[in-house]
Amino acid sequence: MTDLGAPIIEMEGVGKRFGDFAALSEVSLSVAQGEKIVVCGPSGSGKSTLIRCINRLEAHDSGTITVRGIALSDRTAAQIRREVGMVFQQFNLFPHLTVLENLTLGPIRTRRLPRAEAEAAACTLLERVRIPEQAEKYPSQLSGGQQQRVGIARSLAMEPEILLFDEPTSALDPEMIAEVLEVMEELAASGMTMIVVTHEMGFARRVADRMVFMDRGRKVEEAPPELFFTEPRSDRCRTFLAQILGH
Amino acid sequence: MTHFSISPLQPRCGAAPRQGWAALPPAPSVPSQGRGAARFRVGRFATLLLLLLPGCSGNWGWYVVDPTTASGQTNLMFLLGGLWNTILLSLTAILISVVLGLAIALPGLSANPWLRGINRVYVETVRAVPLLVLILWVYYGLPVVADIAIGVFWAGVIALALSDSAFQAEIFRAGIQSVARGQIEAARSISLSYVDTMRYVILPQAIRRILPALGNQFVFVLKMSSLVSVIGMQELTRRANELVVTEYRPLEIYTVLVLEYLALILLVSWGVRRLEKRMRSDERE
Repeated sequence: MTDLGAPIIEMEGVGKRFGDFAALSEVSLSVAQGEKIVVCGPSGSGKSTLIRCINRLEAHDSGTITVRGIALSDRTAAQIRREVGMVFQQFNLFPHLTVLENLTLGPIRTRRLPRAEAEAAACTLLERVRIPEQAEKYPSQLSGGQQQRVGIARSLAMEPEILLFDEPTSALDPEMIAEVLEVMEELAASGMTMIVVTHEMGFARRVADRMVFMDRGRKVEEAPPELFFTEPRSDRCRTFLAQILGH
Repeated sequence: MTHFSISPLQPRCGAAPRQGWAALPPAPSVPSQGRGAARFRVGRFATLLLLLLPGCSGNWGWYVVDPTTASGQTNLMFLLGGLWNTILLSLTAILISVVLGLAIALPGLSANPWLRGINRVYVETVRAVPLLVLILWVYYGLPVVADIAIGVFWAGVIALALSDSAFQAEIFRAGIQSVARGQIEAARSISLSYVDTMRYVILPQAIRRILPALGNQFVFVLKMSSLVSVIGMQELTRRANELVVTEYRPLEIYTVLVLEYLALILLVSWGVRRLEKRMRSDERE
């Protein structure tokens, strides 16, 4: 387990509505520097909305979110996004740019790095996710697993403090899931603060410091993995785990 | 090309089966498949058109535009003298209307209802005014309203650009909306500003998709530029009108005018298709 430091993300009573539908209600969560949190729950339970609120892809309607001491609002969103990377289910790579350009766009435009420096950093990152030979290719020329590793590298290129993963392996063929999880585990070992929405329970067991179970927009259960998997307290969580681990 | 018609095995166009050709000794200028064949087809079509036309009436007077006589040459040069103005007018107008169209499209995509309102009012109003009316209004009305002197060229450019910008705005809006939502989110997640997101992520993808529509608009502007002749702009149509008044040969002169526009527009279509092909070849989706 990671040695936990001071809280880097504080969510208090966060709510988010889409029309009549309450996607999040009264969610509070505190994440320490270097901590790994795995969020799970049935679809529509608000787990994606939860992490999308942290980098303001969704604006929360109530409660407060504080990232590294800065209260999240429209005004501070850009500043906070520089510290918070996001990896998407559908990768969302830029199809008209090469892998290298995907990685350097952010650093050059928002961190004002000189091109040569950004490219050198990008190459190092591509080695880290084990696809240095794909730098000049376009996303469509890569496999799903490779694309997602580019997605991870693109987030890392911004040198974030926190990485959010929104079901990073859900759109992948089974044989490609392992290569992505492997990269994520290495990242976890390097001390990165991570919040991961996933159904990969093996990964959760190996990596998570804490499990969060969401249902109908609420945080139903929060426990270290050894407790979470053996003695879930709520019925809903027990049913969910039985379904997801049963097959 | 006439010597081809001697051979009974002569194919109609370049797409004919190659077997028949293999048996024949190679002809000196056999049109090859592909580009050569296309040129051959166009040439045939034009020749056919010109041969058929006199058959419609016995009263043609091609002498007015006969390039072998001095007066025909003078007339042709006079007609072609409008070409540069037509091109310059259309190019300037389309460039302005693309920029204007984009500037009008962006507020239309905003979450702010006031900005969207501005977009709607502009598009609906401008789209409702007939181009000819707009040309007349800009030339005769705008100088009075705005207290400025305005020449025929700029009056034409303004009217064409305004009129076309409403359509460009709708094209841009559709193109930008066709780019997946995830692209904007990815751009935001790496902290790109709105301008950078548009410039580096959204517009490059949108423009590839709307290129055929932009090509159509260019053809549209090129053709509509003929209306600027009414305020005295010396472009292709105005030149033709003026020559008709002195030569009194409308049929022949307007036929030349039709061919002038046809040539221009075929050129544009060819250019747009080439551009599309080039962009498609490095588009990887």
